[in-house]
Amino acid sequence: MTLLEGKNLTMIFGGLAALDSVDITIEEGEILSLIGPNGAGKTTLFNLITGVYSPTRGSICFKQKEIINMKPYDITKMGIARTFQNIRLFGEMSVLDNVIIGQHCRTRTGVVGAILRTSAVKKEEKKVHDRAMEILNFVGLDNEAAEKAKNLPYGKQRRLELARALATEPDLMLLDEPAAGMNPQETNELIELIGKLNDMGKTVLLIEHDMKLVMGISQRIMVLDYGKKIADGPPEKIRNDEKVIKAYLGDRTRKEVQAC
Amino acid sequence: MRMNYYLQVLTVLGINIILAVSLNLISGYTGQLSLGHATFMGIGAYTATLLTLKLHVPFLLSLIFGAAVAALFGFIIGVPTLRLKGDYLAIATLGFGEIMKNILLNMKITGGPMGLRGIPKVTNIYIVAVAVVIVIFSLNRIMISRVGKSFIAIREDELAAEAMGINTTNYKILAFVIGAFYAGIAGGLYAFLFRYINPNNFGFMKSIEILCMVVLGGMGNTAGAILGAALLTVLPEFLRSVSPVISQYRMVFYGLLLVIMMIVRPQGLLSGTSFYPRYPRRLSVEKSAGKGGQ
Repeated sequence: MTLLEGKNLTMIFGGLAALDSVDITIEEGEILSLIGPNGAGKTTLFNLITGVYSPTRGSICFKQKEIINMKPYDITKMGIARTFQNIRLFGEMSVLDNVIIGQHCRTRTGVVGAILRTSAVKKEEKKVHDRAMEILNFVGLDNEAAEKAKNLPYGKQRRLELARALATEPDLMLLDEPAAGMNPQETNELIELIGKLNDMGKTVLLIEHDMKLVMGISQRIMVLDYGKKIADGPPEKIRNDEKVIKAYLGDRTRKEVQAC
Repeated sequence: MRMNYYLQVLTVLGINIILAVSLNLISGYTGQLSLGHATFMGIGAYTATLLTLKLHVPFLLSLIFGAAVAALFGFIIGVPTLRLKGDYLAIATLGFGEIMKNILLNMKITGGPMGLRGIPKVTNIYIVAVAVVIVIFSLNRIMISRVGKSFIAIREDELAAEAMGINTTNYKILAFVIGAFYAGIAGGLYAFLFRYINPNNFGFMKSIEILCMVVLGGMGNTAGAILGAALLTVLPEFLRSVSPVISQYRMVFYGLLLVIMMIVRPQGLLSGTSFYPRYPRRLSVEKSAGKGGQ
């Protein structure tokens, strides 16, 4: 079943088309990767889907509902979560609080409830806390729960971003270069983690430059170049696609990719 | 006599603590720089005073009503301005303060530049102490809740906060409204303590004084705001006892103090050491970390 369908998406920034009539469909339960050279429009597409920008033209349906012009926080509530290319954690807050914040859209305590601290509020707080610990345990950060987020090493910060996104209870997760700056071992752990997320039933849309990761876990790959879609298909097809090789992979990478 | 003087200073200190912690909620925790906090105090003071003088409403009721009107103004000013960021928001709040001051200066019912006099003296150290406890207690409850965490998340990264499902505009307005409510209480207490108010009591200089307390103590730290309020209330009194000339130059001292602070300890005296336990003790991290590790 189609989870998300974007049609004819065009985003123009001051005369420059960052995205030009791009169609995207994401099937429920799949891992779809988005690749392409820098400036191809990958992050712009993320920002359209998450409501940060409204497209100049085009439409996006998520769960059969139009989400263009919806606010980012409403889109999150509908079940789309994201991570950011340059990590954007709440640095001064604890690791645990970062994940607790992720559950904001699934909870309802207001000011009066907070001041009175009724038993319903305490119950909700305990539920949120337990769920947050469960998620931290899942990504392997439970021992760092009390640390300030900004004090975590880089690889763990990336995992915390993932945990925080997971806390919003999404159906679709948008991961923007989750392996950027990771060493090979951390990347392997990440591959395993994304695989586990997928097993849990999360649909994943991934932007990534690490071809080992992309070719290894994607069921389908979509390639952007200069704001246009130049290819869309399973990994085997993409790695032999002449247009993709010319625009992005290059001859040397082709050999490497075919090796892996 | 001496005793009365000390009590008076303590009472003023209590009012300043309420002002400082409430601005700290807006600027320290939520990260929205406001240069018009005294205006909310003024709205609370004038509303409470007018209710008592003209309509003979009892003290407590007019105090709460004054705070509610201040909160309403916080909402009215918050809706258009909180779309602005950083410096622009600061300038907008500054403009709002000047507008309100001029309205108070020119309206007949507020007594114009003559202000309002003959307010009954009701505020005393006990009433202020109770108010301080209530304000800090409720603020503490808010800050450990989902609402407080959202405020801090907005300060830390607004875009990420929005991606987490936080309606950032609403929460910023909420912080403004709560902060204005508390400031309105402080204003009412002030009016019923000094028995005379005029628009200049709640002008730009007062806003800056409150901001100095927060910055001095440490932005985003309630204990810091309390310490800042204590220092900037007691210090001028102490200086006055040393030499009246020095106390006339107290604004010069504030300025100097802030310059030195920015160079030596820009995060404020107490920043970095949180006043609040991050979690209710029952739900301590260690306990559930152990549970999670099974």
